Parts: sequence; C-alpha cells; structure tokens
Amino acid sequence: MALIEAKRLTKRFGDFTAVDGIDVEVSQGEAFGFLGPNGAGKSSTMRMIGCVSPLSEGTLRILDMDAASDGPAIRARLGVVPQEDTLDMELTVRDNMWIYGRYFGIPRSAVKERSERLLDFVQLTDRADSRVEALSGGMKRRLTIARSLISEPEILLLDEPTTGLDPQARHVVWERLFRLKQQGVTLVLTTHYMDEAEQLCDRLVVMDRGRIAAEGSPRALIEAHSTREVVELRFAVDEKVDLGPLQGLAERTEQLPDRVLLYVRDGDSAVAELSRRGIAPQSVLVRRSTLEDVFLHLTGRTLVD
Amino acid sequence: MSTALSLRAFEYWRFQYRRTWRGTIVTSILNPLLYLAAMGIGLGTLVKGQRASSLGTNGSYLEFVAPALVATTAFQTGMFEAMYPVMASIKWIKTYVAMLASPLGTRDVLNGHLMWMVLRILQTSAAFLVIGALFGGFPSWDALWCLPIALLLGMAAALPMTAFSAHTQQESSFAAIQRFIIIPTFLFSGTFFPLSKLPLPLELIAWLTPLSHGVALARSAAQGKLELLPTLGHVGYLALWCVVGFWLAHRIYRRRLRP
Ligand SMILES: Nc1ncnc2c1ncn2[C@@H]1O[C@H](COP(=O)(O)OP(=O)(O)OP(=O)(O)O)[C@@H](O)[C@H]1O
Ligand SMILES: [Mg+2]
Repeated sequence: MALIEAKRLTKRFGDFTAVDGIDVEVSQGEAFGFLGPNGAGKSSTMRMIGCVSPLSEGTLRILDMDAASDGPAIRARLGVVPQEDTLDMELTVRDNMWIYGRYFGIPRSAVKERSERLLDFVQLTDRADSRVEALSGGMKRRLTIARSLISEPEILLLDEPTTGLDPQARHVVWERLFRLKQQGVTLVLTTHYMDEAEQLCDRLVVMDRGRIAAEGSPRALIEAHSTREVVELRFAVDEKVDLGPLQGLAERTEQLPDRVLLYVRDGDSAVAELSRRGIAPQSVLVRRSTLEDVFLHLTGRTLVD
Repeated sequence: MSTALSLRAFEYWRFQYRRTWRGTIVTSILNPLLYLAAMGIGLGTLVKGQRASSLGTNGSYLEFVAPALVATTAFQTGMFEAMYPVMASIKWIKTYVAMLASPLGTRDVLNGHLMWMVLRILQTSAAFLVIGALFGGFPSWDALWCLPIALLLGMAAALPMTAFSAHTQQESSFAAIQRFIIIPTFLFSGTFFPLSKLPLPLELIAWLTPLSHGVALARSAAQGKLELLPTLGHVGYLALWCVVGFWLAHRIYRRRLRP
C-alpha cells in the first residue's frame, strides 16, 4: 500500500505555478527523494505533504487519510525536518525537545525518556544543557532531526537535511538516517546533492520547474539517461572551444561554461582517441556517470550552480 | 473547538517565560512605584482644593490617577505582548512554524498565544492594583472591578495589534506605533486630566482610542460609580475592538502561516 499518494499535485502562488501537477507514490519503508535545483518546487511539495500548505489542485492521500481534511491527524504521525531550522535559540537543547514533544501531546514522562534516547541517537547528550544558539550548524541539524522523531513518526520528511554542513557532518546525518530506514521509518527527502540522493534514496524523482522530469532508482536513472562513463575536459579559460574535432567521439557531448563533457561507454579509449586527434585540453578526467549527468541531460542545466 | 490543542501552544509561552520572568516582575513592580510616586504624590500635591474637586474624587488626585494607570498598564502590556513576540514567532524564532508541524493548527497557535496575553495583562494590572492600593490610591474594594476592565481593554489592544504584527513584514512599524499611537494615547486618554478639558475636536479623537474608554470605566468602577448606559457603551466599544481584532488576526494567521 502507498503511504503517500499524490495525484496531479499542484501549488500556485498567485499566477506562478511552483508545483505543476505531479504524481508521486511512496510506499512503506522506502527512502524516497526529490532531487532538483533551487526553485524546482521541492519545498512547496514537502509543505503540502506536511499538511501545512493547502493544495491548489489535485489530491493527496497520506497514511490513508486526506491531506485537505485530516491535516492534524496526519501531522500527528509525521516527523518534519524543515529546510530552515525552527529551533528556539534561547532554550536549551533538552528544552527544545521537551516543548516540541508537548505540542504532540506526549505525556511528560514519555517526552523525558524519549528526549534522552534521541539526544543519544544524534550524539548530542553532552550538549543537552547548552543553549541552541551555541551549537554548530551540524549539531542544530541533528537536533532538528532528533526533535522530529519525538512523536515516533511513521514518515519522516526531510527538506535538504544536510545543506550547509561540512562533509563529515553530512556523513553523520546520512548514517543516522540510514539507521532510521532500517528501523522501518519511511523517509521522504529533498536534496540538490546528487551524492546524497545516491546514498540515501531507493527511488527518486528528478524535479525541475515544478515538474517531474524522470523517476526511478538512482541506478536505473543513470542507466536510462546517461552513459556508463564521462570524460570531463577543461580548456584554458580564454580558449574558444571548437567542438568540431570532437565530432563522433561520444554518444553525447555537453558544453558547460567551464568544461566539456563527453558521454561515452569507455572513458579510456575515448581519451586515447582524443590524443590521436591531437586535442590537448588543460585537464582530462574520466569518471562514472552520476545523477548530476542525468539531470543535465534531462533539463540542460546543472544542479548546483 | 480544540481547547486542548490551544493549551499545548499556551504551554510554550508559559515554558519560555521561565527565562524572562525576573525582568518582567521587576518592571511590573517598578513601573507602578515610579508612576504613583511621580503622578499621585508629586503632581498630586499641586492639584488641590477647588481644582481637585472638579475631578470628582473627593479632592484626591491619587485616587483620580491610580485606576487610570491600571488601565494604561493593561493597554500597554496588550500592545507590547502582541508586537515583537508575534513577529518573532513568525519570522525570527519561527515558534509558530514549529508548532504547525505538530497537530496544532493556526487557530490553536493563535488562541494559545492569546491565552498567554490574557495572563500577562492580568498579571501587570493586578500588580499595579496592589501597589496602587498600598499607596492609598483606591478608596474601596470596588477597585477590584478594575481587573476585568483591564483585561477587556488589554485584549482590545492586543487583538488588533496581533493581527497587525502578523500582517506587517517590517519591524520598523513597531517603532512608529510606539511613537504615534502608544505615547499619544497614553497622554490623551483621560489618564492625567479629564478629556472634557480638551477642545472638542481633540476630545472626539481621543474617544476613538480604546484606552479612553478603559480609563473611563476603570475610574468610575474604582469610585463605585458605574452607571448602566455609559458602562454598556464603553464595554460595547471595547468588545467591538476585540471582535474585529480577533477576526482579522484569525484570517491573517491563516494567510501568513499556511501559504
Ligand atoms: N510563499 C510563497 N509565495 C510565493 N512564491 C513562493 C512561495 N514559496 C515558494 N515560492 C516560489 O515557488 C518556487 C518553488 O519554491 P520552492 O521553495 O518549493 O523550491 P525548492 O525546490 O525548495 O528550492 P530550494 O532548493 O531553493 O529550496 C520558487 O520560485 C519560489 O520563489
Ligand atoms: Mg527548498
């Protein structure tokens, strides 16, 4: 059974359509992602799923209830990590957990017990009595995640859980999210990091300008929309790149402001062919295709600019 | 109506108050002391005899000004509690946004905050009442009527102000409100002199503000001189501000918090 089922989900702000009739299904236990650049409509979608923003059109069923009429009952069973933290900077870490638990009407003793367990889960026990103001960005994010779990939600909505964190802090968050998934929590997340999507998501949609450009597992998307390998060529800054000599070298060629991408099955033989043709870029890099390439192919634009 | 849900939002305000209560207690004791000493005793020694008898309080300026100051306190508490805390909850601390991720809805978030404002208004006016009584500003137990009056007046200020704070995007409007609304109403509300001493056009303008009606009610009540018709008029006018303010606040909260 689908835990989340959206049909022709639409969000308009005045004349502007932020989410343009998307269909989405998320099943129990899945980690589902929305991958897209700034302004794609990820947060608008998440807010509708979080039942804090009314739909402009379409239908949205969550946990077998209607988002339009059963908001409070649905929210009681969701955990939400919004894009921008809504922690109370002046309260302590523990007090933030406490008061948030009370919004859900969780009995005092249960809030206490769960707070300690969750702070331990996100490794913040030793900061429990610090004011949130004094925490680093990564700690705040972990606290927001711990807080969202206080109601023992069945679905966890994470809007850009690791944006702005350093690589180490991101890995800590990923590892915790992975554990939650193993415990059976359904994860729905947005990101504009392809590696995050590849690491965490069983299935994802590529979103662009309010629409879904493609859907599938990270591997299936790469197979369907990109080649196995990519050769990245960088030329000197002022050099006018002539794509002529590259003709026929790759299945597909993309020219970006700072580099040229050759989509090929076999990177090394393409590099050999380059030198045979006498093309000498400043640097050459062979790598595997990523979701970034899928996105570029589908939308003609890069994810993070 | 989900009173239980509103109470959860209220619990936040009560909880966070542990951080600031000392400061507010000092203010709500210090303010009455300063005002009553300056106005009641200092200024009161000048207002005597023939002049004072026209105040209708047996010649005591302190008795004239004390109930009015209770009303003023309620008015200002209502205004301030509905300014920065409301904007912070939407824009800075985003308390409301956090609440709305839980089963609470915009109505509960608003009602919970309003309950807190009720409590704060009662708290500051009661403090003023007690200290005013110690100064001898209230001749009888009738002064207790000032408390419900202060509450009505405080909410007549707080409700529309809540709506406005949720509507405005700029913090700078608060400085303007302070300068052009709170201070002028404070001076021209009948607190320090009867409004009838003003030129008629000014007097009429002064009667537009809720504070003038609150002051009039509190003063008559403290003297045990509440008359039916004027009382109904004042109470009705204050209730109108409350109802319209509540209705507006409700609509604006929905629009701002559930975009
Ligand atoms: N409350 C609002 N009023 C008007 N327009 C809005 C509102 N919220 C979002 N938008 C617009 O809708 C579009 C999609 O915004 P949204 O926040 O959903 O994008 P996003 O994919 O989350 O982007 P980002 O990666 O930057 O977070 C943007 O063009 C944004 O300006
Ligand atoms: Mg976003």
